[in-house]
Amino acid sequence: MKTDNTILFDRPEAMYDNVTHYCPGCTHGVIHRLVAEAIDEIGERENTCGVAPVGCSVLCYNYLKTDFLEAPHGRAPALATGFKRIRPDMIVFTYQGDGDLASIGMGEIVHAANRGEKFTTIFVNNAIYGMTGGQMAPTTLSGQVTTTCPFGRNNALVGWPIRMSELLSSLQTPAYIERVSVHDPKHIVQAKRAIKKAFTLQKAGKCFTLVEVLSTCPTNWGLTPSAAQEWLKNNMLAYYPLGCYKDYVEDGGGQ
Amino acid sequence: MPGITIDKNHCKGCELCVKACPQKIISMSKEITVRGYFYAKVHDPSRCIGCRICALTCPDVAITVHSNGLVYELYEY
Amino acid sequence: MAKILMKGNEAIAEAAIRAGATNYFCYPITPQTEVAEYLARRMPEVGGVFLQGESELAVANMLFGAASTGKRCFTTSSSPGISLMQEAISYMAGASLPVVIVNIMRGGPGLGGILPAQSDYNQAVKGGGHGDYRVLVLAPSSIQEAVDLMMLSFHLADKYRNPVMMIGDGMIGQMMEAVEFPENYTEPELPSTDEWAATGCAGRNPRIIKSLFLDPVGLEKNSWMLQDKYRQMAREEIRFEKYRVSDKNQVLIISYGTMARICQTAIDELADEGISVGLLRPITLFPLCEEQIYNEVAKKNIKAALVVEMSTAQMYEDVVRSVVGKKKVHFYGRTGGIVPSPEEVKEQIHQIVGTKKTTTRKKKA
Repeated sequence: MKTDNTILFDRPEAMYDNVTHYCPGCTHGVIHRLVAEAIDEIGERENTCGVAPVGCSVLCYNYLKTDFLEAPHGRAPALATGFKRIRPDMIVFTYQGDGDLASIGMGEIVHAANRGEKFTTIFVNNAIYGMTGGQMAPTTLSGQVTTTCPFGRNNALVGWPIRMSELLSSLQTPAYIERVSVHDPKHIVQAKRAIKKAFTLQKAGKCFTLVEVLSTCPTNWGLTPSAAQEWLKNNMLAYYPLGCYKDYVEDGGGQ
Repeated sequence: MPGITIDKNHCKGCELCVKACPQKIISMSKEITVRGYFYAKVHDPSRCIGCRICALTCPDVAITVHSNGLVYELYEY
Repeated sequence: MAKILMKGNEAIAEAAIRAGATNYFCYPITPQTEVAEYLARRMPEVGGVFLQGESELAVANMLFGAASTGKRCFTTSSSPGISLMQEAISYMAGASLPVVIVNIMRGGPGLGGILPAQSDYNQAVKGGGHGDYRVLVLAPSSIQEAVDLMMLSFHLADKYRNPVMMIGDGMIGQMMEAVEFPENYTEPELPSTDEWAATGCAGRNPRIIKSLFLDPVGLEKNSWMLQDKYRQMAREEIRFEKYRVSDKNQVLIISYGTMARICQTAIDELADEGISVGLLRPITLFPLCEEQIYNEVAKKNIKAALVVEMSTAQMYEDVVRSVVGKKKVHFYGRTGGIVPSPEEVKEQIHQIVGTKKTTTRKKKA
């Protein structure tokens, strides 16, 4: 209970006060804010370097107020590796979408996770390729319609969608892997906790942490933002169960 | 008494705050912003409970929440 | 300082450390793997970073991240691995990052072979990745020179904030020669990398190390800015060596790397036979000593030029361009890992000068 005249909620310091290029209702805005809040709350904004992907969030360095590197498509974990190995004192994170992390960048993320590189990855999973106009992603659901699978994803032709949290948690090394969602306020609060935990573990010197965030893409799903939230809830949660897949404290994973 | 401010320059009319507000005090304006979006505005500020749910749902960080005195913190954020 | 007998790969590795480059990311590939093996033991001794990545592709991108800290970093690889790095090199050039990449060339294209070649000239000099950029290219012909140029590479990379590539062939990597490391190595002073590196935004605005300029005006500006660097390189960094160049030369040989040393032997033997031939050995392949090439070839006494490379004619094209039709430029090359002998080079000179007749111009393997 607060009795004074306080600001209960405001834009975090680590976010510029500008209007983003993201579509109306795009959850990148929410996730950017959660990352910014986490970085502010661990007090490391001026000691952080982010690595931007290729995708809708290629311009995330225009919105998050830290030093940034811009990676080639999929290579962010490699850039983060090179940077953090030389500057282990800084907080380093990558922010990647489905194409960047689960397609072209699959090799980089698996090996960075397996080597236990000490950075945090925020993996934005919206089951589609947003920036290039809605093509099939490795995470596109069975039967989901996209521009490059206009008759619905056919598992017999292209295989089943990839569950990245499960895949990476099969590795011995990573310290913390959790899948969260931002499709409603309750889950946004839980997502914030996971993202903050990941950055806190990095600050404490633990190795690779990853938070997979199930997100909406209203434009390419062809739905209103509200309907997109419902679509995520009704379709994605079943295939991509939320939860902690590797927990530093409990499993004893990681270094 | 708690209240919110919605910065219409940031609002893109996604309507997620309208859906999220447990008090149902936000609705969409019939006017558009310079960017061409119908923007969200509070139509019944007296019933705001300062729960912050609208603010944390907003993808554009368009909403600030202030307490103006007594308010209950319903969850840690 | 005493001379030590060292394998080329190991000498190159040690040279980097002497230049203060203590961050090395690598992937094994013949014929340069000894660099990685040497540094795996040596880097911890100097408290540096040694990391074997999962592929050259990943390694090159690790270099982008590493270079962004402002600290000196480098990698070594061979032709197929360098192909994998082209994407990241393009990005590093576009983002104005200093980095040193060593290519110990082997036979190509494709998986090719593991024996020496000089068939990556075009890849190195013309910019193997996409976009309007170039890489400063240095080509040593001995291990001592490899040591000297390796140390210089880091200075040039920092001076221009551009990738610098040193290309040697498998012989440079594998053979052993006596080398000397400078006792008290100093360099001309350069501005601190803290002025542009991603060091955390305390007390300043955040920096973004990027190559994306969606606005065409910004992208054009970046591209012309890069060209200004290359023009400055052409004014200040051209290096070459002349061997037995005189007004008595009948032919001028233009050759680089170890191939040039073989040509030197041929030239010495020809001198004993009474035929005067000179050698112009480019040391920087980009920027190339185009003016010197023209000036030497244009001299009255020169009948023709001969370019000798372990390739199917790559630098040859740049020499033809430099000579602008003033004289005929011949080419002799072997590839696939075959190293021409001094006899083969002499044969070519005899044919140009007309002192010996044989049935074929180019020997077939």
